[in-house]
Formats: sequence, C-alpha cells, structure tokens
Amino acid sequence: MTNLINNILTFLYVLIGAGFLIAAIESFRDQTNSARFGTGLFWTLFAIIFALGQWLPKAVVGALLLVIGLLSLLKQVKVGHIKDIDVSHAEKVAERLKGWIFLPSVILAVVAILVAQFTPFGGQVGIGAAAILSLVVAVVLTKSTGKEVFDDTQRMVRSVGSAGVLPQLLATLGVVFTASGVGKVTAQAISSVFPAGNHLLGVILYCVAMAVFTIIMGNAFAAFAVITAGIGIPFVVAQGGSAVIVAALGMTSGYCGTLLTPMAANFNTLPVALMEMKDPLGVIKQQAPIAISMLVIQILLMYLLAF
Amino acid sequence: MAYIRLIGVLVIILGFAFKLDTVAVVLISALATALASGIDFTQFLNILGQGFLDNRMVSLFFLTLPMIGVIERNGLKASAVNMIHRLQNLTPGRIFDIYLFIRELACVFGISLQGQVQFIRPLINPMAQAAASVEAKLAPKDVDRIKARSAATENFGNFFAQNLFVASGGVLLMASTMKSLGYSVNPTGIVLYSIPVALLTLVLVFIYNHLFDRQLAKKGRGNID
Repeated sequence: MTNLINNILTFLYVLIGAGFLIAAIESFRDQTNSARFGTGLFWTLFAIIFALGQWLPKAVVGALLLVIGLLSLLKQVKVGHIKDIDVSHAEKVAERLKGWIFLPSVILAVVAILVAQFTPFGGQVGIGAAAILSLVVAVVLTKSTGKEVFDDTQRMVRSVGSAGVLPQLLATLGVVFTASGVGKVTAQAISSVFPAGNHLLGVILYCVAMAVFTIIMGNAFAAFAVITAGIGIPFVVAQGGSAVIVAALGMTSGYCGTLLTPMAANFNTLPVALMEMKDPLGVIKQQAPIAISMLVIQILLMYLLAF
Repeated sequence: MAYIRLIGVLVIILGFAFKLDTVAVVLISALATALASGIDFTQFLNILGQGFLDNRMVSLFFLTLPMIGVIERNGLKASAVNMIHRLQNLTPGRIFDIYLFIRELACVFGISLQGQVQFIRPLINPMAQAAASVEAKLAPKDVDRIKARSAATENFGNFFAQNLFVASGGVLLMASTMKSLGYSVNPTGIVLYSIPVALLTLVLVFIYNHLFDRQLAKKGRGNID
C-alpha cells in the first residue's frame, strides 16, 4: 500500500512538473518579457526537479535550486505578459451555467476530504485525485478544448509565479535549520529567560512570537518555519501540546500579525492605493481590534485544546 | 559561539523586511546557516536537495490551478459578482457581514480570487458607500473608513478561513514543516482545528460591523440635525 501511494505521489509530482514545463514554454515564447530566457529557465529547472527529482542525486537538486536562486536574485525572473481573460465569453458562459460554475470547486474540496478520511490513500493522494476529477468536470461543464486547458494552465502557473514555490522553499529552509541545530540554539537562548515547562507561558510565547515575527517580516509562512522550530516545538509541543493544534493555531496567530503590518503590502497597502484612501494606515487601523482580539482568543484556544 | 547559527534567521528577517528577492533570501539564509554551523558545501547541497524533495507535498496545490483557470475563464468572477449584486437595501455593516461569509465559504472550496482587486474596489466599497449615504451625506473621514473597512473584511475572510481548504499552501506548509520537525500531522486535522477560528472570526466581525453601523447612523442623524 505504501508503495502504491508513493508511486501515485511520484506520478502527481511528474504532473506538476508538466505544468511547470508548460509555463516554461510559454515564458520562453513571451517576446514582450525582457527576462524571458531567465524566466523560462526558472520554470524549466522546477519542471526537472519535480518530474525527475526522484531519480537525480540529491546534491544535483540542491545545486539546481541555487541556480534558481541566482536567476531570481539577478532579476531574471519576471511574470511577463499574460493575456487577459475574454470578459464577454466569461459573461456568456456565466449566464448559461449560473451557479453550476462553482461545482468543480465544490468537488475539489469534498473529494479531497472524502479520500483523505475514508480511503487508505491519505490526504495527498486525495488532493491529486480531487484536482484531476474536478478538472474533468470543469472541462465537460464549460466544453473546453485541450488547447484552452493548456492556456489556462500556463496563465495560472505563470501568474502565481515564484510566490507559488515560496512555501515549499520555506519548508525546506526549516529542514536546513533543523539540520543546523537552529531550533536548539533558539530554545536555549529563550529558556535562559523563560523557563520551559509552563504551558500557558509557552503558548503565549509561541503565539506572540508568531505575530511579532510576521509583523517584522510581513510573511507568516516565513515566520512559521523559524518560530515553530525555535519556540513552538520546545516550549509547547515537547511539553505535551498536540502538534496539529499548535500548528493550526500558530499559523493563524501569525496571520494576526499580517493584519497589523504595512510589510504585508499586498493586503494592507494595495487597497489604500486601489481606493485612493487618505490614511495610509487606514486598513490596518480597521483591522487592529479584530487582529488583537483574535490573537488573545487563539492563545486561549491553544492552551485549552492542545493540552 | 553557537549563536552564529542564527545568522540565517537574521538574513530572513532583514531580507523580508527590506523586500529583497524572496526566493534568493530563503536560499541565502539556508546556505549561511549551514556554513555557519559547520556543514560543508557538498553536504549542504545534499540537505537542500533532499529537504526540497521531501517537502514537495507543499506544492501539490499547483495541481488545482488548471481547474481554477478553466472556471475563471468561464465566468467564475461574473457569477460571484451577480450573487453579491443581489444584496440590495442593506446597511454597510450587513454588506460586510455577507461578504465575509461568502469569502469564508469560498475559502472552504479553495476559491481564492484576488479579492481586493476583483471585489472590494469595484463592488463592495461602492455598494457600502451607496448604502451608507442613503441616511445622510458622508463626511470624507467616513468615506475613508468605509473603504478601509471594506478592505479589512476581505482580509479577515482570507486569513482566518484559508486553512479550511485541505490543499491550500498554508495547510500543506504546516503539515510538511511539522513532519520535518519530527511531529507528523494530518492536513485534514489542521483543517478540523481551523474551524473554531473561522467561526469565531464570523461572530466577532459581525459584532464589530454592527457597532460600525450604529456609529454611522448616529453620525448620519447628527449631520441632518
């Protein structure tokens, strides 16, 4: 069974690689993009890592990642020109399908959960199966052609761009941190001030650190990898806290920080520009009461549920 | 000097705070941390490559993009706009309430539209302003507050409900990171324990919006007198 699941997962990663390859081809072909070769290469390397990584020496994968980092550092990765969707077509189909257009999304969520809960295949295969099934339903429902699906894929992958691979890179950073003993050192440093062992204190420390680091960095995902290794594990999970509850509530504590920081420009500064607001911190001011209340609530929830 | 290992944490904090290229910052942080703690370069490449491959599940959400692309091209946004347009004769607070509910529901099904660009500016903000000016003419300060509250509503829904979708980047990142740290967790479990937060957000924001309406109404009467 484990073998079968692993084979299915490898197949899914090859599929993701194919999606990246499509993005690579279209990036190379985008004449308007001044960095089209860099961007094309960026996606090609990811396509190789996902489709063939299984069979490559690990050090080669690591080296390819450094090349990707170099391309990105030298500003050779740009989204380029992405064709807008045809609004009149969209409205015509919306008219015909009405609420049914939401059906593929519902199938995606429901099938993913059902496979995860009621089959031995588990959550990851569930996501893959749900993604494929919902795509088939979407294609039939909208009478799309293969060429159109190809186009939709390249549009979505390219517009998600390097932000889409960031979560996996951050998770990888967590691995490097663990291998280097960063978590241990942080835990030592903090435990000289706060003794480990007090449940409530540990929870407060972890949740507040998630929020504060997110405020500084503007990105809760980045904070999660660092703070969970350094504080969440030694001060909460290792003290008997449930890992799943600590993770779920820790991340949303980080989101409280996102709501409070101008560093999260896409969410808090972009609307100021979009709506020509006078107060540059207006959005954050409206969010602050909820963000702070939710942080307190989550600290309490974690304390009550995790132990 | 064990603390030198924390150099990577410093790189991450400064890199993100100064908005440097994120992909490069993460990789430089990894390299700096490894070298500072005595791992040699070849060993580092091995750990990096292995770590990235072990965390491929985080990127599974890419598999959902073709379907979302297809329904987006076929009027996903138009259908959502039609649905929201039916909300007439409501107070601004009620409009925000219903938008928040729709936004959280969309999160459950993994639909994440760029809300600020696609819905808040062109739809929710003008609707809320129209609803508010039924009572009295709005002062510029109130116009600004309605804009800010519209944007805030989108962010509340997005952040406190996005973990309700099992294939979302955040849920997969949590599951994968916890596994790397030696505590395997099930993505479905993360979704389960994200439900209380999503529901409490609804309740809290509903109260918050109710107070917003009361304030506006009070001011509106003041302007008429």
